[in-house]
Amino acid sequence: MIVADKKPIEEIIDMVKGYQKILIAGCNECVTVCEAGGKKEVGVLASALRMYFMNEGTKMEIDEITLERQCDHEYLEEIRNSIDQYDAVVSLACGVGVQFMAEKYFGTPLYPGVNTCFMGVTEERGVWSERCQGCGQCILGRTAGICPISRCAKRLLNGPCGGSTKGKCEISKDLDCAWQLIIDRLKELDRLDEYEEIAPIKDWSTERAGGPRRVVREDVRQ
Amino acid sequence: MRLKYPDTIRIIRVPCTGKVDLLHILRAFEKGADGVYVVGCMEGDCRFDNGNLRARKRVAQAQAILDKVGVGGERVKMFNLSSGEGPRFAEYAVEMTEKIEEMGPNPIKIAMQKAA
Repeated sequence: MIVADKKPIEEIIDMVKGYQKILIAGCNECVTVCEAGGKKEVGVLASALRMYFMNEGTKMEIDEITLERQCDHEYLEEIRNSIDQYDAVVSLACGVGVQFMAEKYFGTPLYPGVNTCFMGVTEERGVWSERCQGCGQCILGRTAGICPISRCAKRLLNGPCGGSTKGKCEISKDLDCAWQLIIDRLKELDRLDEYEEIAPIKDWSTERAGGPRRVVREDVRQ
Repeated sequence: MRLKYPDTIRIIRVPCTGKVDLLHILRAFEKGADGVYVVGCMEGDCRFDNGNLRARKRVAQAQAILDKVGVGGERVKMFNLSSGEGPRFAEYAVEMTEKIEEMGPNPIKIAMQKAA
């Protein structure tokens, strides 16, 4: 899932002050799972903002909605008939959802309520970590299912480097060396001979370095 | 026991403090409550394992938010006691009431009255 973190309330207050009626729009997908922008977080933010502006003596009307997704036309269409009544929208979706809403509702000021961080997993409740950088050329089949692009600080294709000590990365003693994990798992799978194969130079043009990306599937396109 | 405790307190019963949500606490302040305290079982004695520990986290979350919006995080507090400690329940009620009286009314309540 896409992992996001809540923006500080002060930052959101700063963005919306000056408006009189705003909509806080959550998203029922990834940001709900990582507890940053789901229905509950929408409720909490709305309640906090109501209290703040009431306390300041500023008139501010705040409505709440949580869409099934903000990265698909059909769900964003649900607010088509009501969006014009708002001076601004705070979207608690990831950066994808915020942008898609901005594209769709061109004339409505839109602000992000979360900081979108990465594609990752829930290690335990309250702890999320990165697993994929969407490089467009998946090599997990060669690396025992552990991604050196997202989990090695240097994104090494033939690791580890000299900074690996007792299974930890030199940038942090709390960070596992991805290549140590790869070697350990290859050993477990009895495939350690594959480690000897030198990985070819990666085509980075499918990664972000090649500019904004697009997937076009003519087989399903309508 | 016929214990006395302040009659300004409204008790809301929940099956476990793990049921108390951050939104419940915030809404209480939004509606004008001067203070909220959550009374749970002793830590380690939760029948549902971690209900009171979850409540403690939510109380801390509420405190942080109330501080940021100018209501005051000290208006919300978590207490732990066992079901056999009636006198302590009354003590906590007095302690919390005194604390709130010292802090004065919820500023939201005052602002709402002004706006009306």
